[in-house]
Amino acid sequence: MSTYDTIIIGAGMSGLAAGIRLAHFDQRVCILERHTRIGGLNSFYRHNGRNYDVGLHAVTNYAPKGAKRGPLTRMLRQLRLAWEELALSPQIGSAICFPGLSLGFNNDFALFESEVGRHFPRQKDNLRRLVAELVDYDQSAQPSARSSAREVVGRLIDDPLLVEMIFCPVLYYGGARQRDMDFGQFCVMFRSIFLEGLARPPAGIRLILKKLVEKFKGLGGELRLRSGVSRIAVKDGAAEKLVLDDGTELEARQVLSSAGWRETLRLCDDAHEAARPQPGRLSLVESISILDTVPQELGLARTIVFFNDSEKFHYERPDDLADLRSGVISSPNNFLYDEPLNEGVVRITAQASYDRWAALDPSAYRLEKLRWYDRLVASAVRFVPDFRSSVIDTDMFTPTTIRRYTGHENGAVYGAPEKRPDGTTHLKNLFVCGTDQGLVGIIGAIISGITVANRHLLK
Amino acid sequence: MQPVTGEEIKKAVVGILADIAPDEDLSSLQDDIPFADQLELDSMDFLDIVMELRKRYRIQIPEEDYPQLASMRSTVEYLQPRLEDV
Repeated sequence: MSTYDTIIIGAGMSGLAAGIRLAHFDQRVCILERHTRIGGLNSFYRHNGRNYDVGLHAVTNYAPKGAKRGPLTRMLRQLRLAWEELALSPQIGSAICFPGLSLGFNNDFALFESEVGRHFPRQKDNLRRLVAELVDYDQSAQPSARSSAREVVGRLIDDPLLVEMIFCPVLYYGGARQRDMDFGQFCVMFRSIFLEGLARPPAGIRLILKKLVEKFKGLGGELRLRSGVSRIAVKDGAAEKLVLDDGTELEARQVLSSAGWRETLRLCDDAHEAARPQPGRLSLVESISILDTVPQELGLARTIVFFNDSEKFHYERPDDLADLRSGVISSPNNFLYDEPLNEGVVRITAQASYDRWAALDPSAYRLEKLRWYDRLVASAVRFVPDFRSSVIDTDMFTPTTIRRYTGHENGAVYGAPEKRPDGTTHLKNLFVCGTDQGLVGIIGAIISGITVANRHLLK
Repeated sequence: MQPVTGEEIKKAVVGILADIAPDEDLSSLQDDIPFADQLELDSMDFLDIVMELRKRYRIQIPEEDYPQLASMRSTVEYLQPRLEDV
């Protein structure tokens, strides 16, 4: 039986980052990944001869080269990566579009401020007060203080429409709970989208994953694909060994799981249902359209458009297969690359019901994918120029796709509503990182892996 | 072979800082001024200096001694006798 210092479950962003930290400090580390590919939610695949990213719209938390603060800088320093290695190109410009009103934003917060000042003159100072409140808000300094972001933001900004417009991108990019989020989480999300900003490597998620894996393996780390964990054997309040799907048994001094808090507890052979956190309910569906031209040629010049077709933004599991009232339109073409991408792509994301998609038999599933592709695109072209006559290929991902890549129950894209900020579990040598530790996005997930590794596993 | 002269320790610490914070200009680093006043280092960076020292020199630095690592001079003074023992 092999013995490691640390075994990490899941080769997504957080697991790889934790693996790099531990291997850098001379631990014997093995990362186990159930799939044939790494990445988890941020994975990639090939379809009809083209490369696709599973989840990535943009990397949030952008910081320009030379920045000395912020999550991106911290992550680069901790992983000993150079800024250039991620090849991040900043966004061109995005918008939040509600009926008859759109607020533009880019990586310079002054634009968003002036847009708010133009459309909501009375809220300009209130926005400043909100920013002052959240700019240095330290979630870890008040771990037990859970407060409703809607309550706090609603107290500072007294125009309900502007509140809805701010919550639309923040919830879409990181809301694990329905309708609302914890204010600490809101601060992290608001900073990552509006104050820091959006960027993307021209080659998409592959490039980031490749860098992380190279680094991990270069430090002597071991990565095992097709190695799902079926059971964590518990003895005397500790994880004693891991049993893989194929029966292989592995031992480690400590175990770090990025499989999700609930999903990890379920693996433990001592866990009781009552002790497990509730699964998340929010999942997404996404259409991907390949164009015969670049989106800019069709007037689709924005990086991301968050749209909502009424004054109230709903963020909750729909009764139907998907909710067409709102969505996110993103184009990987619309970043400031040195060289343009060779093909145009438009992706449209909307909230969806895992149960409804999971209940379909294979032929109904295929049919509904086609039907909802059309509906999603029809919904989106209410807010951006109609690109349908330029589409040459399509694909769709659904909540069941998210379930397959992440292992999250309900295909809950941002995991369980209740988070585990300190990463501990009921077992003294078992820890969780990733989405359920409370940080989302590429950089957030990486920071999560780093933080939990530093705090608990590098002692 | 372990570095034992103050100059060698200083060089090693600069090497660690260069790895952790490649964007910082270390050429004008003053020995008597705290690192925190010259470089933009957060608490995670600082812990990394401790971890790198542990990794490279197998030296355990207890938490109550961290203030000794505030500036280059105090770091060298703190480390030198401990590295000679190795």
